Amino acid sequence: MKKSKILIGAAVITMAGFFAIAADHIDAPAVAGGTSDITDIFGFQGQNNDNIVFVANVQGLISPTDTDNAAFDENVLVEFNIDNNGDAIADLVIQATPRDGKMYFFGPIAPSQPGLNSVILADTAVQNEVDITAYGASAIIETNNGMSFFAGPRDDPFYFDFFRFGDIIAGNETMFSSPGTDSFAGTNVMSIVVELPKAIVGSGDSVNIWVESKRKQ
Amino acid sequence: MKLNNIKLGAIALLVSFSAVNCSNDDDNGPTGTNGTTEPNFTGVYAQEDQMGRPAINTVFVSMGDKDTFNVTLPSNQGAAFQTKFQTKLEALNPAHADPMYTNALGFNAEQFTGALATDVLTVSLVGTTTFFDGTNVLTGRTLADDVISTELLLIFGGPMGTDNPGLTDDNVDGNDKSFLASFPYLATPH
Repeated sequence: MKKSKILIGAAVITMAGFFAIAADHIDAPAVAGGTSDITDIFGFQGQNNDNIVFVANVQGLISPTDTDNAAFDENVLVEFNIDNNGDAIADLVIQATPRDGKMYFFGPIAPSQPGLNSVILADTAVQNEVDITAYGASAIIETNNGMSFFAGPRDDPFYFDFFRFGDIIAGNETMFSSPGTDSFAGTNVMSIVVELPKAIVGSGDSVNIWVESKRKQ
Repeated sequence: MKLNNIKLGAIALLVSFSAVNCSNDDDNGPTGTNGTTEPNFTGVYAQEDQMGRPAINTVFVSMGDKDTFNVTLPSNQGAAFQTKFQTKLEALNPAHADPMYTNALGFNAEQFTGALATDVLTVSLVGTTTFFDGTNVLTGRTLADDVISTELLLIFGGPMGTDNPGLTDDNVDGNDKSFLASFPYLATPH
């Protein structure tokens, strides 16, 4: 089951000579194709204009055949980092980690420590949880105190003629083809989606966000 | 409007704090009431991957640095990677070696890579959120944004976006599935 995903990943790596060109899919050797590999993040205004939406996708290039067996890793913590005063240092984090079919969310809350290591702020942060939506099932959404949560497989929203770019970089082609071919068409990712009031994340005109994945030691 | 938001936010926070105090889960019904033990959330988690703007590590970071980039705090990335990004940019588009040459944002190589090397995604709280919609630039990232063509344009397109015409657009202009208007916004899986 896992095999075709690995094969796709291997093909991608081979063709691009690991000049891996995707949003962040298989971006580095240590995480490529693993359960902590972030493929994409998004930040946009919600359907309710008073809300902001954050999306983190992990584990790219999952074929439809493999999606039913795809799962979030209970040893991986995904953290949305929010800098609301422009210094690229996290002022708030939202932590997400799965346990037994549910995705648990903690925060937003000030991080307990700066740096590359985290503990889960289960004792101090606002906690929410949502059942992880199964492949083929309707999206399960938990809404609580103005915040909404989702976790489960979704279509990979990223699109790019990745293979053609690899050929260009390798010197085998000089320009993109028209029309191009979406190398990510037909593949899925594991998505974590949070929507919350803008007022909770910052009082200025904007925030800076990034997503980190961390593995239990 | 703004004041109401803040008040609502404060109320929401208060409510959720109280909810946590009396129960871990106030609305999941039967699953939370049968003496279910709290999952184990202890331990230290060490960073493996991170991401701000799309494709930064993949495009601008050299092979030997990719893992390092993923474990360099954004506040330290500029000092560690700006020069390397500039070298990469000048390799991709040699015209950028001239400090007078700019991209469509008016940035020369040093300015552009200085902005990119700190890999965070700026998201507006007061207006349109988009990577680029023809008017607004780098105010967020929606699911539908053609981020690759935007980045190709800024890397290869020069001041007017007209340089290297075969490299400024991959000619894939949209996702293969439509997005949803409401939460969770992403399309159902294939």
